[in-house]
Amino acid sequence: MLALIRKDLQIEFRTKETLASLLLLGLLTLVVLSFAFDPTSELRVEAAPGALWVAVIFAGVLGLSRSFLPERENDCMQGLLLCPVDRGTIYLAKTVANFAFMMAAQLAIGPIFIFFFNLRVTASLLGVFLSLALGVLGFAAVGTLFAAITVRTRAREVMLPLLLLPLVVPIFIAGVKVTGQLLAAKPLADVAPWLNLMLGFDVIFLVVGWMVFEYAVEE
Amino acid sequence: MADAVIEARGVARRFAGITALHGVDLSVHAGEAVALFGPNGAGKTTFLRILATLLRPSAGTVRLFGQAVADGGAAARRRIGLLSHQSFLYPDLTPTQNLEFYARMFGAPLARVRELLVQVDLLGWAHRPVRTLSRGLEQRCALARALLHEPDLLLLDEPFTGLDVDAAAMLTGMLRAAHARGTAILMTTHDIGRGFAVCSRAAILVRGRMMWNGPIAEAQRDAFDETWTAAVRGRERARPVRG
Repeated sequence: MLALIRKDLQIEFRTKETLASLLLLGLLTLVVLSFAFDPTSELRVEAAPGALWVAVIFAGVLGLSRSFLPERENDCMQGLLLCPVDRGTIYLAKTVANFAFMMAAQLAIGPIFIFFFNLRVTASLLGVFLSLALGVLGFAAVGTLFAAITVRTRAREVMLPLLLLPLVVPIFIAGVKVTGQLLAAKPLADVAPWLNLMLGFDVIFLVVGWMVFEYAVEE
Repeated sequence: MADAVIEARGVARRFAGITALHGVDLSVHAGEAVALFGPNGAGKTTFLRILATLLRPSAGTVRLFGQAVADGGAAARRRIGLLSHQSFLYPDLTPTQNLEFYARMFGAPLARVRELLVQVDLLGWAHRPVRTLSRGLEQRCALARALLHEPDLLLLDEPFTGLDVDAAAMLTGMLRAAHARGTAILMTTHDIGRGFAVCSRAAILVRGRMMWNGPIAEAQRDAFDETWTAAVRGRERARPVRG
């Protein structure tokens, strides 16, 4: 599995395509949304969680739609499937790589998000990070599976969001709720049910993805 | 006779209503080199992909190294090297990075990477992205990838396509050396001369049916030529063969 993750990092290090597009789209979304609200308004702070998760969705869909493109060239997916590893391992490695790219982009745009929305997050930083990690992991778990299914279709840019977004609605609702309450200085214990929901979602979809990936990539 | 490395019985494969293979039988034993000839669309690549565990047969059974591959075939894949039309090499990585990746995946020692780069005469291009290599150089790197883990079975799908004379001669030499070490080879090709240069047995697949399966010897040459000519002209012999 480490060899698979290392390979994805090597490709990204050389091309920088996924991270650059994730960063740019995430940043653009946040900047545009921050200008939609009055800088002094309380509404701006209330809208911040929604803006953050919209940026995660937009950038994430773009990143996921690109995630299997290296495997399309020279039929590298067949090369991967020829390796003597369980095919579920290929899925898990790809999910970890997608998670790492999305989290790296979110961490980079995080300070800009705090600045543009004029937030005080010192106390809630750890909780927000935790919710972001759980949300992005679930998003990557479902998205990696659907990215593998849609990468061979002609209309993959349309198919991926159509299949993916309805399924990940629960995790985004939970993410917005957790982030909103933590930014409003509520204790972590108050958002525990939402965090549990996100954790459960992650576990279920990681297991499902691991089990069905073999059939998803089969002709 | 040595143990069967490949034992395919009644292998059929359908794609969306189109039958690509109709109950193909083929056995390849350890140390044997078999050329699988056939015109375009005969089902050679489909058959090879089934043997490589990349595709499930719609009907029939495949045993590799004496084991059924119904369990996913991960153990069998460790002993198979596949050289296909496509190189399976990541264009943004260098030959060294690609080969190191596949060496890790197959549990082969990393020292094999340099050894093979020397063998396929690719050291000078070892640190350039594969995207910048010519088709011939990329195919050499793909050959190194297929041989990296010293497989017991080499499946070769039109391996000479796109190679210049020198590279083709090098490939023939490497295949002969692998064969001499006891590696079983199953090679699909249109090129009778190259197939005969490497292999000791031939099979002809026409429209998904096995039409010839036997040793390449002078005594059988006329019958082989007749079957091959009919296959190329689009006519099938009356009775498919089994074996």
